[in-house]
Amino acid sequence: MEIVEAKTGKKILLLGNEAITRGALEAGVDFATTYPGTPSSEIADTFSAVAKYLKKEGKDVPFYFEYSTNEKVALEVAAAASFSGLRALTCMKHVGLNVASDAFMTYMYVGCKGGHVIVTADDPSCHSSQNEQDNRYYALFGSAPMLEPSTPQEAKDMTVKAFDLSEKLKLPFLLRTTTRVSHVRGPVKIKDSRKPKGKGFFEKDPMLVTIPEVARKRHPVLIKKMEDALKLSENSEFNIVIGKSDSEIGVVASGVSVLHALEALDILGLEADVLKLGFTNPLPKEMCKNFLRKHKTVVVVEELEPIIENQLKEIAFDAGINDVKIYGKTSGHFSRLYEYNPDIVVEQFAKIFNLKNPLPDTKENPLSLPSRPPVMCPGCPHRASYYAMKKVVPKDVVYPTDIGCYTLGKAPPLEVADVLLCMGSNAGIANGLSKATDQKIISFMGDSTFFHAALPAIVDAVHHNHDCVITVLDNRTTAMTGHQPHPGTSFDGMGNPAKALLVEDVVRGLGVEHVEVVDPKNLKETSEAFKRALEFKGPSVVVSKSPCILLELRDKKERGEPLDIYQIDQDACKRCNICISRFGCPAFYFAEDKSVHINEELCNGCGVCVQVCPFNAIKKVKEVTL
Amino acid sequence: MKEKLNIIVTGVGGQGVITAATLLGKTAVASNVNVLVSEVHGMAQRGGVVDCTVRMGNVHSPLLTRGSADVILSSEPVEALRQLDKVNDETVVITDVNPVIPSTVAVTGEKYPKIEEVFKELKKHCKLVTLDAHALAEQAGSVLTKNVVLLGALSALDILPFPKDLLLDTIIKSFPEKYASVNKKAFELGREAVLSQREV
Repeated sequence: MEIVEAKTGKKILLLGNEAITRGALEAGVDFATTYPGTPSSEIADTFSAVAKYLKKEGKDVPFYFEYSTNEKVALEVAAAASFSGLRALTCMKHVGLNVASDAFMTYMYVGCKGGHVIVTADDPSCHSSQNEQDNRYYALFGSAPMLEPSTPQEAKDMTVKAFDLSEKLKLPFLLRTTTRVSHVRGPVKIKDSRKPKGKGFFEKDPMLVTIPEVARKRHPVLIKKMEDALKLSENSEFNIVIGKSDSEIGVVASGVSVLHALEALDILGLEADVLKLGFTNPLPKEMCKNFLRKHKTVVVVEELEPIIENQLKEIAFDAGINDVKIYGKTSGHFSRLYEYNPDIVVEQFAKIFNLKNPLPDTKENPLSLPSRPPVMCPGCPHRASYYAMKKVVPKDVVYPTDIGCYTLGKAPPLEVADVLLCMGSNAGIANGLSKATDQKIISFMGDSTFFHAALPAIVDAVHHNHDCVITVLDNRTTAMTGHQPHPGTSFDGMGNPAKALLVEDVVRGLGVEHVEVVDPKNLKETSEAFKRALEFKGPSVVVSKSPCILLELRDKKERGEPLDIYQIDQDACKRCNICISRFGCPAFYFAEDKSVHINEELCNGCGVCVQVCPFNAIKKVKEVTL
Repeated sequence: MKEKLNIIVTGVGGQGVITAATLLGKTAVASNVNVLVSEVHGMAQRGGVVDCTVRMGNVHSPLLTRGSADVILSSEPVEALRQLDKVNDETVVITDVNPVIPSTVAVTGEKYPKIEEVFKELKKHCKLVTLDAHALAEQAGSVLTKNVVLLGALSALDILPFPKDLLLDTIIKSFPEKYASVNKKAFELGREAVLSQREV
């Protein structure tokens, strides 16, 4: 495993996220916690893979790692390690920090002991997210010092540095990436690893108990720490001016925007100084002031919110610098929406400096190309659950949904997703709709989401007797983010055996009286379970349990079991097309003559379609070895 | 080598697109060439569009501008055409000829264009090289080596900043030993397929 075994001084290709993990290992991290979420997942998955690899090699694993129940728990677990003097890292996607924010905000007051790096991976353009919030605001909101890498090499270097600085300031550090930093691979130079401590010791300290009296004392301490952080920022190797062109033009940027800006300057042949900011909270005020003084025109390139831009204006105002023109979002050049790319930056630079944009015009595609949205896999048990349910419930049922693969049920022909906010929201929304309307409600979530955020809403449903059906599509994994374990699986992130909680036990324990447990691959049974649940007055839970087809295929391959392949008997087929128009498995397709066939390369052999066909036209035709 | 080399590797989730891009990146690092590989993860796991950019040499941004691709390496014809905005007259597009029809075509009635039309459009805007990568992968011993066939095809263009043997070596070392001969064969078949077309 190269990321562990590569020798000091060697350059290896690492994903931005892997580089963060490597950085943590080099810094001697003792504790790493997470809840998976794109674009952050590979940071934690690399810890998991390293732990399993070292165990397999018969070596000690020098850190503790866990996929926690949710981001808040992850932050608390790691904060405890830090309070005990250990080095800790917690990683999550941007919206994960919302979940962890209650702990995060007061953690800053208390401060840490062992260095603690909190990674937030933001997702401009919502590649895999429900919003594109700019988590740099959390740094301002909570008074957290923050580093923002541009490349994989910097992602590693900043992680290492963040542990040192965090320990020095006794303040947790935010390391903020975006999709185009987390998911870019580049060369990274390997350095020696510091030896982790292993076990810490919790020394009692009344200042850790944030009763109002203590909180009032800790807030000024936090403000003082941020003043110290400002000095570190002024002298940071991550805040630099690129270019000594003595140009009147200055560009200020952070994160991947630095790279787009440098590329754009090259393309336009424009001479400019670039203030590359890596330590972005607190901003190096003196450095910014000098930069503003030296340049007549300053362009700020930053994705999402005008955070640097606004602060630069404040700095210019306070310093009485009147002769600099600052361009960015408020000047109408750069958007607050979506991720940037070099084309966007070239276009705006060209506008600001009255240059001809040298890039060719956009080529419109002459043919209309079919869309290729992500779909539930052939053989996905969620499709079977949805199909069985829809067969027996009234047409006007409302379907609150949640974050996970099952969201893909929004697409035709299933169309079983009506409202979604965030992790766990299906149950809370179901509760509210059941009281606010007379409509029938069936909500959906996955097993990992159930443990993550749905328990309080189910307690609410029981306590207030909300009349709704809450479904847990239990596929025994966290599928969408890459099959991570969760509290319902019998092993943990380090590959050790773990106590598996059963969803049905948990909801019965919470007081749900009507609980159905079904195998969605049995369509008839599943339909009947949904019917009974819908007839029940009060909250009911359907646990539709069948492993993710991708895990099933992997297990079959390991066991050496063959895969059943199905095909349509064209003589028996009456072309009712239910298999496509209602079931919608992507393995089915129409031939030119409108006959229906199964693409045997796509078929994953679940066999559910045999029950879907009213004319018994779908038959197993062969077995193939995986 | 050119000062900069811009490659887009594209296709459909599950075709080994990210793996192919990563292998190019690894080989660049092994030969001390600067490289940035950008990729998509998450919701596009299966069946969605996957496009990676591989930029080598004196580059800053991981993303490339309109019309600046040197090569588009595609494991699906429509996905090659989807990158039209990135090509210029000199761009070489290498694509597998086998369409993967998205499920939306059956469910929503969207149309998959005629393959000849797709190739005709590509030819108007760039240099097109087509090959039956699927058949060649099968011939090599596994359809899963389709991405390796395409890398072999790419190596025949003589624009990579490292020798083809180094790329092949990286490929072989990145997988368990038992796949070495299959991968080697797949690579050579892809390379041959392009070289033979060039001679004609």
